[in-house]
Amino acid sequence: MTPSSKRAAAALMLLVGAGLLAGCKDQVESKQSGYRGTGMVQVSTAKQTAALAAANQVPEAQPPASQEGKRAKEVYQNLKVLGDLSEEEFNRTMLAINEWVAPEAGCDYCHNTEKMEDDSKYQKVVARRMIQMTQHINEKWKAHVGEVGVTCYTCHRGNGIPAYSWVQNPGPAEAQGMAATGTGKNKASWTAGITALYDDPFTSLLTDPGKIRLQTTSALAPGMSKTIQDTEMTYALMFHLSQSLGVNCDFCHNSRSFSNWSESNPQRVTAWHGLRMVSDINKDYISLLAAVFPDNRKGPLGDPAKANCQTCHQGASKPLLGASMLQDYRPALATETAPK
Amino acid sequence: MSEFRNIFTRVQARGPAYEGVIDGAAAWPRQGGMGFSHLLGRFGDAQIGPIYLGWTGLAALIFGITAFEIIGLNMWASVNWDPVQFVRQLPWLALEPPSPKWGISIPPMAEGGWWLLAGFCLTASILLWWVRVYVRARALGMGTHVAWAFAAAIWLYLVLGFIRPLMMGSWSEAVPFGIFPHLDWTAAFSIRYGNLFYNPFHCLSIAFLYGSTLLFAMHGATILAVGRYGGERELEQIVDRGTAAERAALFWRWTMGFNATMESIHRWAWWFAVLCPLTGGIGILLTGTVVDNWFQWAVDHGVAPAYPLPDKPVVNPAAGG
Repeated sequence: MTPSSKRAAAALMLLVGAGLLAGCKDQVESKQSGYRGTGMVQVSTAKQTAALAAANQVPEAQPPASQEGKRAKEVYQNLKVLGDLSEEEFNRTMLAINEWVAPEAGCDYCHNTEKMEDDSKYQKVVARRMIQMTQHINEKWKAHVGEVGVTCYTCHRGNGIPAYSWVQNPGPAEAQGMAATGTGKNKASWTAGITALYDDPFTSLLTDPGKIRLQTTSALAPGMSKTIQDTEMTYALMFHLSQSLGVNCDFCHNSRSFSNWSESNPQRVTAWHGLRMVSDINKDYISLLAAVFPDNRKGPLGDPAKANCQTCHQGASKPLLGASMLQDYRPALATETAPK
Repeated sequence: MSEFRNIFTRVQARGPAYEGVIDGAAAWPRQGGMGFSHLLGRFGDAQIGPIYLGWTGLAALIFGITAFEIIGLNMWASVNWDPVQFVRQLPWLALEPPSPKWGISIPPMAEGGWWLLAGFCLTASILLWWVRVYVRARALGMGTHVAWAFAAAIWLYLVLGFIRPLMMGSWSEAVPFGIFPHLDWTAAFSIRYGNLFYNPFHCLSIAFLYGSTLLFAMHGATILAVGRYGGERELEQIVDRGTAAERAALFWRWTMGFNATMESIHRWAWWFAVLCPLTGGIGILLTGTVVDNWFQWAVDHGVAPAYPLPDKPVVNPAAGG
């Protein structure tokens, strides 16, 4: 190459490089969430923010109904929940649930429309339990859901089955005998952020959230008897939290010391309660329905599809970006009406 | 000589193939013919061969291939011998050490026995290769600097996979054989033990690691830059400086006030490279055995800076829970 053609080639390379950079039109917005210098910053682009807003549109509330008149339980038979509402409010709530859960199928998604009080469809039994669960969350888990609360729509979003849930996951087939591995890890795991970490951190850690904690609070050994494998399990679960909420680790933690509460953001306390809430509802509400669900609604090991962070959050740090749909359905969905 | 200005090798001196110095101490004859590769000549010496295998080289290769096969076949077994999944998932696959319940006992093959066997073969291979490096250097009448630098790397390898797991009483503390899994292990290791960045030996190791790259870049650049004055004849210039060495020295005195010499720069580079795994190995060895939470250690010793706390402090919702 002659010197002049070399110079031309160099200029061309610079131009190509500049052209590539000019393609990056998306401005990244950053929001500081911790003390300066700690790197505690949430980043997003306008495109992502717009997509999140579009995916979290809240349906309009049903027109208000009279709270006067006969109670629903005096009008309808076999009412085990919502019976103390007025007849009008009860019908309004049913309409709302229809819109939230089965907008296409209508009433007969759950009901035998010939005989509305009939419990023959499993969906109706499940729905009743889920109404109790919603009331329980809104009354007993304010530490996580606050006064914003949850409704059926928080998870269902117009689907009969919430789009995000988990079942016990034995993983893909592995060789047997001397070559068996059975570690539950070392495959591409979408749950764990495409790492090779455990693909099912839920069975262990959502059953017993007390096992999540790893680090010792004193400097010197021996500390907690937690292993590298325990750490990888927690790490996989934390990937799930991060993805479900659309945030980085430092939304809650100061990453220089993940375990240290005084270095953390208050969101970590909310998340702590959330993990226990999910554990509670999976155990006391969803798992109890194992006998009710047909086999095709259960995982390969026979457990029903259960909740994790993604079930409600669906990519937003506050489900539905913090909109309270519950405020239009108090007290129907806000207080426990029947014992568990 | 102006070709030396170029950052790529442009000159290929090509003579008849050369056997090298007479080696009276060789236990085995040199194997293989000799030939030339123009392409390799662009990166190094164009002459290929003769090589010397020897019994240590042969044994190292046998153990090394055995370890490689055990690891690869276990990875393949973990996708049920599916060749497509083996290729697709290869970066995620691993041969995992035994689970914690096995401690430092010998587990069944399917529960970590393969890991132990692969680790033994790989370690045997590496140690035999070290012997080969040492013995070949001696046979050529060289110093053994390469062997000791290699030994520094072996120290870190042994700490990670053998010495520290023994001290912790559990093979499960060791690193899995796998591309992403060993990186996941690294991150999990740091998290479990309270952030390795606050481990002072980790700090030293990083300083020597980055320092090595810096020294390498400075030295390589300096020698290339004075190549037009014969600067690549470094060893002669240790005792008879000449204009290349004078210019290189003056350049660094001008730019940073101090210069290494044609001799000492190689000691700088060797010690930086060797100290990187030596200090790193010490840091790993202290983790979990002596210190369980490096961040807390750094707080106790005034190393980690304190940040102002928010007005409403965040407290543990379940102290001890």
